[in-house]
Amino acid sequence: MALYSEKVMDHFRNPRNVGVIENADGVGEVGNAKCGDIMKMYLKIDDDVVTDVKFETFGCGSAIASSSMATELIKGKPVSEAMQLTNKAVAEALDGLPDYKMHCSVLAEEAIQSALDDYYNKHPEKKSIANDVRN
Amino acid sequence: MQIYADNAATTKMSRTAIDAMLGCMEADYGNPSSLYTIGQHAKESLERARADVASVINAEPREILFTSGGSEADNQAIRSAAALGQKTGKKHIISTAFEHHAVLHTLKKLEQEGFEVTLLDVHSDGLVRPEEVEAAIREDTCLVTIMFANNEIGTIQPIREIGAVCRKHGVLFHTDAVQATGHLPIDVKADNIDMLSASAHKFHGPKGTGFLYARKGIRLTNLIEGGAQERGKRAGTENVAGIVGMAAALKESADHMAENTAHMQAQRDRLIEGLSKIEHSALNGDAKKRLPGNVNFCFEGIEGESLLLLLDDRGISASSGSACTSGSLDPSHVLLAIGRVHDVAHGSLRLSIGEDATAEEIEYIIRNVKEVVEYLRGFSPVWRDLKSGKTPFIL
Repeated sequence: MALYSEKVMDHFRNPRNVGVIENADGVGEVGNAKCGDIMKMYLKIDDDVVTDVKFETFGCGSAIASSSMATELIKGKPVSEAMQLTNKAVAEALDGLPDYKMHCSVLAEEAIQSALDDYYNKHPEKKSIANDVRN
Repeated sequence: MQIYADNAATTKMSRTAIDAMLGCMEADYGNPSSLYTIGQHAKESLERARADVASVINAEPREILFTSGGSEADNQAIRSAAALGQKTGKKHIISTAFEHHAVLHTLKKLEQEGFEVTLLDVHSDGLVRPEEVEAAIREDTCLVTIMFANNEIGTIQPIREIGAVCRKHGVLFHTDAVQATGHLPIDVKADNIDMLSASAHKFHGPKGTGFLYARKGIRLTNLIEGGAQERGKRAGTENVAGIVGMAAALKESADHMAENTAHMQAQRDRLIEGLSKIEHSALNGDAKKRLPGNVNFCFEGIEGESLLLLLDDRGISASSGSACTSGSLDPSHVLLAIGRVHDVAHGSLRLSIGEDATAEEIEYIIRNVKEVVEYLRGFSPVWRDLKSGKTPFIL
């Protein structure tokens, strides 16, 4: 049995949406090098829709695959939907992760949240909508 | 190209060892403890293997105890020394911070049982200083246990000098020689070794077999109770075929050691030279006092597991000391022991080449490691921050 699912290996070998968005509307970075995983997400948001997303990741195979899958799951979606992305959804879309790698999917969820928080901090007028969604 | 570069993890069995085992399994299926001819044939094979193993390390056959491998031998050696120490109120053990877990975890247990353990510094070059061993010896020290060569960074310890210090102070000296046996010359008498652990699958023998050398006069403590096998010190019907395979592999390794070492060292040094050209990388452990096949590097800004997976895609089998590959949150205790910080230790790569490594394979490894490191750095936020000057380089 292989360590990772075919899906994980596919996203690890051919990560989607890798890179940087200059002048992004929201940027989030989570994790730390001491623990061995850092994810950075860049969002482009137009009319409350995530029109583009890019990531950079320092980490293991499942960290790279989780970042890649998370970007796929929110790209083109309304911000209100992106807000609701869970680590479980990321892991499921990857056909599962080994138990001890679930934290990678948590990190991906947190990176997206962090980038969205950054967006709301820059656009406080949008915040009321975000709160509605979160509640 | 398929290149197996993880010989420190395990080795491919040699044809000689396989043939020896096949012959043994077909003909010598008797129980060595049985008195009839078939059993006695198995017994003869067993004792021939014991004599062969003993002669390679300049021991007496009766000083060789067959075990299930290196971990069992380490456990039994340390437990035995502790039991002997306890009798005379000596409950202090000296070891190092970068031992194998078979040693460290046994010592942890003994600490819980009231023993005191001193772990010596292995310095940034991964080498123990004999004078520091001597300084650490106390009135109540019952054992010094220091590995012959480190399993991750390959550094070879000054065993003979450490052994001499132990002799001088009348302290038992055990060495975990799992990585060294079959690869480095070992003479237990000249090297002042009281106990030594070895494992067959590290020198082209089968898995599940190893041995403990214990100088005559050292009373061993049983880990397994039962029959009278191994002079009553290790119960259970002997793994005759495995032991015969181990002896054949060890003899073969010893017979070709000089030529193998010369070849492997040349390939190793070329590999080190090639990988050193990758910017912000560093070799772990002393460059010369290391196992002939061991290369271990840290590459800043990347993580080891993703490096391994991508190298595997290119046909290269290697290992890493990153947390992700260890199954814990901390990277390799060996890399931390030589002073590598967590951030850098996560990006480590161990390549342990075999006796048959070719120059072409070495060039292939260098090229591919370089490409994969560059690729991973290309989307690493850590590397971005290092390159932009936001955080300072460590390597």
